[in-house]
Order: sequence, then C-alpha cells, then structure tokens
Amino acid sequence: MAVVGAWVLPSMIFSIIVFGLFKGVNVFECFVDGAKGGMKTLVGIMPSLIGLILAVTMLRSSGALDILSWLMSPISKLTGIPDEVVPLAVLSPISGSGALSMYESMLNKYGVDNNIERVASIIMGSSETTFYAITLYYGAVDVKKTRHTVPSALSADLTSFIMSSWIVRLMF
Amino acid sequence: MNYIWAGMIVLAFFSAIAQGNMQALSDSVMVGGTDAINLCLRLLGIMCLWGGLMKIAERSGLTNALCKLLKPFLKIIFPKMDLDSKEAQAISMNITANLLGLGNAATPFGIEAMKRMDAQNPQKGVATNDMVKLVVLNSASLRIIPTTVAMLRQQHGAKVPMDIMTASWISSAASLLVGMTMVWILGKRGR
Repeated sequence: MAVVGAWVLPSMIFSIIVFGLFKGVNVFECFVDGAKGGMKTLVGIMPSLIGLILAVTMLRSSGALDILSWLMSPISKLTGIPDEVVPLAVLSPISGSGALSMYESMLNKYGVDNNIERVASIIMGSSETTFYAITLYYGAVDVKKTRHTVPSALSADLTSFIMSSWIVRLMF
Repeated sequence: MNYIWAGMIVLAFFSAIAQGNMQALSDSVMVGGTDAINLCLRLLGIMCLWGGLMKIAERSGLTNALCKLLKPFLKIIFPKMDLDSKEAQAISMNITANLLGLGNAATPFGIEAMKRMDAQNPQKGVATNDMVKLVVLNSASLRIIPTTVAMLRQQHGAKVPMDIMTASWISSAASLLVGMTMVWILGKRGR
C-alpha cells in the first residue's frame, strides 16, 4: 500500500511534464509563469490565513476542545459515535495537522482493528479541514460574505461523522 | 466567518478561564505567529509548484481532456456552468487531485477555480452559489485511496489496512450528498 501511495505524486508530475513536451509546450517557461501566479495568490491569502491560525492555536491550547466535545455529546449519544472519537470529530474541521496528530495518538492508545480505531480512520479518510478550505478559498478572492457555506460544509462534516460510526457497526 | 472567527477566540478565552489554562493560552499566542509563518512558507512552495504544473497541463490540453472526462459529474453539480470554460477546467484539476488524495495539489487548483469564478461574479465580495458548491465539495473530500490513513494503519499492524476503503467512500459520498442538498436548499433563499 505504501508503495502505491508513493507512486501517485511522482507519476502525476511526470505525466504532466511529458504530455506537455509531447504537445510541444515550452514546459519550463510555462512552469515559471504559473509559479509566479501562485506566489501572488499566496500573498493575497496570507492575512486571512494568519488570522485563522491564531484562532485555531488559541482554541487548542485553551482546552476549548473539551468543552466543544462535551457540547457534542448529546448528538454523539443519539447517533452512536463512540465517545473516544468525539474530540477527533470536533478537531478535524478546524485543524488538519492537529487532527492527524490526535489520530496517531489514538492509534497508539487503542491499537488497530477495533471499532474505535475504524471510526477514527474513516473520519480521517473522508473529511477535509473545512475552515482551512473556507479561509483559503474565500481569502484568495476577497469574498467576505460566505452566505450558506459554513452551515452546508458543517452539515457535510457531521454526516461523515455519523455515517462513519454507522458503517463500522454494519460492516465489521 | 466574521462571527465564527471572533467566536473561536472568545470561546478560547473563556475555556482558558474555566480550566485554568491561561498560561498555556498566552504561550500559544506567542508561538502561533511563528507557526503561521511556517505554514505560509510551506504553502508558498506548494502554490508555486502546482501553479506552474497547472499552467503546463493547461497549455498542453491535459486539463481540457480531464474536463471532458469529468463532464457527467460536473453537469450534476454545476448545472449552470459553461463546461468548456476556464473555471470548469480548474475545477476538474481540483477534483482529480482530491480523488488521488493529493490534498496539497487540490488546494492551489481550487483557489485558481475560485479566482476564475470571481472574475464573473456580479457582486464582488459575496460568494456565488457555485463558489459555495466548490468549497463544500472540497470539504467533503472524495478520494479513491485514503493513502495517509492506510499507511499509518499499516505501521500500527492492521491486518488489512485498506479494509476501511469502501466505508470511506460511502461516508464521503453521503457527506457530499448532504452538503450539496444543504447548498441547494439554503441557496434558494437568494443573496
């Protein structure tokens, strides 16, 4: 598996470059041109990104996650998400790197091939850092009024948490 | 986003009071700035790399081919979009990177798509329905192979590290379905 994973990225870059050469594109010039655009975009996003990171680090160190998990507990009781996984479910829309390190420590604590670990793995495999995406995407185009993005994205996240625990109970 | 951001900070402050974590909170603010710059630097590399590769893929006609391949799917999600347009091409690249599990590559493509959609936005500063859809699509993250998770499970001795794959697909698909339904329902209220 690890082998397949290692192939994806290099193969994608390889095919883009070779296909470009094949079509007679001046690949290096083109690359530099596009990279310049990427640089400009990043400079535009940086302020909102720094703002988000400030809020996320503050949330994580203050212990607010415990409170949020506690607030979530009625929902998790109702839907059958294991209690142990709730903090991960709360953290994953907010911080990708935070969720990954929490997931790793869960693997160490609970081991693999049990239901707690499976639910956690499916959550990690099927959700993305929602607030990071919102900040980056809208930051790049200077959109301040995000309208129904946050409620829609969060309900998608909630669905993936609930589904993951249901599927594990059905399939394993 | 305005209230959420402020809410996050207010919540952090009060939880620090409730749990006596004020020192930790204070330390984290000092470190947070450095963390942010580290992330920006990493992102700078990613944005430049994929920005460059995207340009090559575009000029060679590769994105066009991808776009044709994904047309049936795009038609369902973005019924009003011109599928030969530049934004549809960037969205195709974004979806492909997501499916391959290359989250780092998906972000620059998605941002490029946002910029192209914004070029035709009649009301600058206000998200269009298609923009909302793209963001929700990315937060649901459809991927074929959950590589990172499978790798970690293997390291921890799982018998069949990929046995969660089907379950991940179902879960992603359900969250995409609910997300899109919410976009559709809430989007009807107009701007």
